[in-house]
Amino acid sequence: MPKVNMSPVKNPMPTQDPLVRNKNFQEVALGYTREAAIDEAKRCLDCKNKPCMAGCPVNVRIPEFITCVAEGKFEEAYKIINSTSSLPAVCGRVCPQERQCEGKCTRGIKGEPVAIGRLERFVADYHNAFGEQIITKVPSNGHKIAVIGSGPAGLTCAGDLARLGYEVTVFEALHTAGGVLVYGIPEFRLPKNIVEREVEGLRNMGVKIVTNAVVGRLFSIEELKSEYGFEAVFLGTGAGLPRFMGIPGESAKGVFAANEYLTRCNLMKAYEDGSATPIFRGKKIAVVGGGNVAMDAARSAKRMGAEVVYIIYRRSEAELPARKEEIEHAKEEEIVFRLLTNPVEILTDGEDNVTGLKCVEMTLGEPDASGRRRPVEKKGSEHLIDVDCVILALGTSPNPLIKSTTKGLDTKPHGEIIADENGKTSLEGVFAGGDAVTGAATVILAMGAGKTAAKAIDDYIRNKQ
Amino acid sequence: MFRILKRVSLNPTVTRLDIEAPLIAKKALAGQFVILRADERGERIPLTIAGCDKNTGAVTVIFQVVGATTMALNEKKEGEFIPDFVGPLGTPTEVEGLKKVAVVGGGVGCAIALPVARRLQSLGCSVTSIIGFRSRDLIILEEEFRGASDKLFVVTDDGSYGEQGNVCMPLNRLLESGESFDEVITIGPLVMMKFVAKATKPYGIKTVASMNPIMIDGTGMCGCCRVTVGGEMKFACVDGPDFDAHLIDFDEAIKRSKTYAEFEARAREEHCNLYRKEVK
Repeated sequence: MPKVNMSPVKNPMPTQDPLVRNKNFQEVALGYTREAAIDEAKRCLDCKNKPCMAGCPVNVRIPEFITCVAEGKFEEAYKIINSTSSLPAVCGRVCPQERQCEGKCTRGIKGEPVAIGRLERFVADYHNAFGEQIITKVPSNGHKIAVIGSGPAGLTCAGDLARLGYEVTVFEALHTAGGVLVYGIPEFRLPKNIVEREVEGLRNMGVKIVTNAVVGRLFSIEELKSEYGFEAVFLGTGAGLPRFMGIPGESAKGVFAANEYLTRCNLMKAYEDGSATPIFRGKKIAVVGGGNVAMDAARSAKRMGAEVVYIIYRRSEAELPARKEEIEHAKEEEIVFRLLTNPVEILTDGEDNVTGLKCVEMTLGEPDASGRRRPVEKKGSEHLIDVDCVILALGTSPNPLIKSTTKGLDTKPHGEIIADENGKTSLEGVFAGGDAVTGAATVILAMGAGKTAAKAIDDYIRNKQ
Repeated sequence: MFRILKRVSLNPTVTRLDIEAPLIAKKALAGQFVILRADERGERIPLTIAGCDKNTGAVTVIFQVVGATTMALNEKKEGEFIPDFVGPLGTPTEVEGLKKVAVVGGGVGCAIALPVARRLQSLGCSVTSIIGFRSRDLIILEEEFRGASDKLFVVTDDGSYGEQGNVCMPLNRLLESGESFDEVITIGPLVMMKFVAKATKPYGIKTVASMNPIMIDGTGMCGCCRVTVGGEMKFACVDGPDFDAHLIDFDEAIKRSKTYAEFEARAREEHCNLYRKEVK
């Protein structure tokens, strides 16, 4: 092991200048150089008890891959990551590392943790640029499995099953595979060619991907099993159904669910010159919510030319659920944070155009069921924010179609599919995982669930024989 | 890729395309819709299914040329392909148990009203159809409606064919003369559906309107197609497209339908310019 680098801070991530990048959709973070990666890797203490690994939902062998990076063996590092994670270039970019691996890093006790996410990204990008494409096409075991949804849960489950020899078909409702990775997360945070590459990798492994196929309408789960010969089905249908606040004015013309705004931008490429996709170009935009989706929408709106973009969030900075880096980037890009502020009405003119957002100030009271301090309205604090467009990023519920079209599939009141710790649902041979089960969460948790379910499906098929 | 099996120009602004999509043809029922893209960089637009043939695998859509996407679609020839064609989406129109129904269609909406009338007729229901158009040269599917209805009324705004006026005139006459229906099903422009709902309300006749708002995914994800029904927010793609017309907030729906009017006008203009350049 080379000598440990005792610097208390991470090697900085080179980024595009904030006031340049808030006008384009190219990637914000530019990635480590080899030298920076090796230097950062040397900050790892290679702890015996590996606390970082316990923080990773897919158990990436973190100290092992970092040791390889420190020694300049980048391809070996890639193989270590890839043996447990099928989407390293994605996770390195979108995981909330501060709450996972890096949150448990020993170096974080005094100073900053090792930049595990940035190293993972470096390794994956290095491999994609210089490495050999590893195609592992396993001979078929003759069993057909259907995966519904091509987001992180579905792609991971499909990849793991294909590695075990299963004949996997992935059904996707939209015209492009990738789920939230293509319709939700913007190009400037996760370039779409990275997602395409991951999907291409699955195709090379023999996974069939059928786009434009809405399961629940075109085929029922039952038909997939009885008519099309799939022995097991994995539901990775995500949580796409947007929530609204129930305040007056939500159906006005300039009010959008973040999903709509982001889908128009990302999947439908509204930001490209000459795009056929209509998008509302507000001048002053309020984005309501404090999660990653809110940050993505606010930063996209700024890039689409808005003069001022607000984040309106009812709790304080400490409770913002978004990744720390996204919050920092948003601030650098001149997004205005109006914290402890809650909308009560969207004001409109006679033609239903948005003319303003009426808000109240909040204070934090006692902790609620989520453990976070409950926001309480401050009396007499009503005020008006001058906006012509409101984007709502208040969270999403599981997609409703599978639930409404599948008899015997047990779900919770908000539509979450009920599944045990292995992903088994109330229906024989039907497994589920990701946001469809948990409600809106993270890419990496969905991948973890896809992985667990793949193993459970393998067990199920073996025991059936 | 989905092949265009047949293209028929029904009138100067309305075109019928039969698209090869056997899986959808097998499943689709009256009242359901598809979402399509005319080309790789195009917009996703919803179109209600006008018919399908399980034997040939053809799904028929009938559309009015209004924007850039429908213009591009209109330029496609038989044998050519469109990249995306998704369906069947939405819940089918409820027809079970109905004995006597009035089907009220307006303009290109008649293309969607026809399969509903046919399905009702096949179930032994008595069908009165009222179809309205702006003028004689815009009339579509009159003979088909005649075949699918016990009674047919044709009206035109300018009186160039049939009765002069709007669809509410024969409907009101029927209702005033004591005619009653189990249900009135209306499909067409929002303003027309609003007035059909107004006409039937005093008689307490259940009235269903088929909504066609702006949409992206069609699976309940974008929240774009929200419609206020009885004070509640509903998504046309998964909860509809059919809703109780007496509960729909039509005024709001009319305003929402104009969200992208400016963009669409510009896109149409650009597409026309492009087209002019190409044909020169």
